Amino acid sequence: MTAMLETRGLKAFYGDFQALFGVDIAVAKGETVAIIGANGAGKTSLMRAISGVLSSKPEMVVYRDEPIGALAAPDVLARGIAMVPEGRRLFPSLSVEENLLIGAYGRKGQGPWTLETVYALFPILRERRNNPATALSGGQQQMVAIGRALMSNPDVLLCDEISLGLAPVVVRDIYAAFPRIRETGASIVIVEQDIAQALKVATRVYCLMEGRVTLSGRPDALTREQIHQAYFGAPCHALH
Amino acid sequence: MRFIDTIVQGVLLGGLYALFAAGLSLVFGIMRLVNLAHGDLIVLAAFLILLLTSALGLNPFLAALIAAPLMFTAGWALQYLVLNRTLGKDVLPPLLVTFGISIVLQNGLLEAFSADSRRVSIGTLESASIAVGQLNVGLMPLMTFLSALAVIFSLNQLIYRTALGRAFRATSDDIVTAGLMGIRPQRVFAVATGLAMVVVTIAALYLGTRANFDPTSGPSRLIYAFEAVIIGGLGSLWGTLAGGVILGVAQTVGAAINPEWQILAGHLAFLAVLVIRPRGLFPRAVD
Repeated sequence: MTAMLETRGLKAFYGDFQALFGVDIAVAKGETVAIIGANGAGKTSLMRAISGVLSSKPEMVVYRDEPIGALAAPDVLARGIAMVPEGRRLFPSLSVEENLLIGAYGRKGQGPWTLETVYALFPILRERRNNPATALSGGQQQMVAIGRALMSNPDVLLCDEISLGLAPVVVRDIYAAFPRIRETGASIVIVEQDIAQALKVATRVYCLMEGRVTLSGRPDALTREQIHQAYFGAPCHALH
Repeated sequence: MRFIDTIVQGVLLGGLYALFAAGLSLVFGIMRLVNLAHGDLIVLAAFLILLLTSALGLNPFLAALIAAPLMFTAGWALQYLVLNRTLGKDVLPPLLVTFGISIVLQNGLLEAFSADSRRVSIGTLESASIAVGQLNVGLMPLMTFLSALAVIFSLNQLIYRTALGRAFRATSDDIVTAGLMGIRPQRVFAVATGLAMVVVTIAALYLGTRANFDPTSGPSRLIYAFEAVIIGGLGSLWGTLAGGVILGVAQTVGAAINPEWQILAGHLAFLAVLVIRPRGLFPRAVD
């Protein structure tokens, strides 16, 4: 497997607090990778470090053979890595359509995603296009956040906790869009607390615990026992 | 009739205050930066226009046209090189730094132009007026007001209709997420301050042609600008125009009652609005 995006011994800090202790992950072109782990395992920090929100050493994040660990977020986006941030983080002063349009602000390239194709992916957004983004339901807001990231026509789409706080039926609707996103050839990295959901969509899974990778592999090659061990740091019978 | 005349003069004067305030309002709305040097920057621009008219013999309007891009560049550089470094969670650094810039500007202008009171001459336009019914409206005050309308309309179009405007609003909402969209906040802020300086140049044109100014005139302009912004509600440009008009009308009505009351009446109107609507008349929903 030749990796398009890699982290190599990635360490990340919030001031004095260290969130990641040498994380190695690799994402190949067109692959869907899931990052699972408990609260505070470092999943969001990993996303923030890749997307440039959290700065690290240059060679700790490598994208298409280029060290990008020290780049700022706009420079990372310009290279084709877009993020759907945790909690959606839509712009309340902007309408739904403006939120989508601003996704293309930093990367105006050719690609499959335009306002039209995003509306085709999430038809409800066309109806609500002139509403303030924050007037939408949680699930619709998540669609805006995903559409906004797609508008930059990314080669790698980072999705941080997109099912958090949403009803299962809504989560299903949102994940239903993923095959269409994958068809465009984009690699997808999802952070997911819902292990079953993660195993269902991903071609490969990494489990994080306390800022380290504790398990990785293809979903069908991992046992429940292994995942429990990697997720909680204790064998599953120890929990019962 | 005299009463209507007073109101009309007040509204037109409000246009001048709105011009003083629009740049302040724009910058505050986008980056929550209170620029204490705003008044001194207006005076700086007025001296720049004066220099262009006296040294090159230019018409003041043409001089302002030349001064505007120079002021844009100065504002861009000021924001990019200095003020961006002061922005953060703490509100004190920008206040201290812009206060310092205010002192530097005043003393620099004093050194360069002496303490003499100046005025930019616009010839016969100075006293020209047009008759509207039984009222006589000064052409310059009318042009000031129309300029204020045009400035605020244009800024609103920019903010609500263009990609740059979307970037302004997005950055104002959430600076980290704006970065994820490829927006570089430092540059967006620099452009915003540059635009504010263009508005400052327009304000300076009318300040310099309608009243005397000297290197220390800045702070009193700043007060009016602040009051207009606060009355209107922070971050709302049309609110800023309304604030300017309220201030202008209060001043002319005060002056009509007793000429000594002009300034006091304006401040009292400001305080009255603060008591009744502490967040101003048209505060932004999101803050």
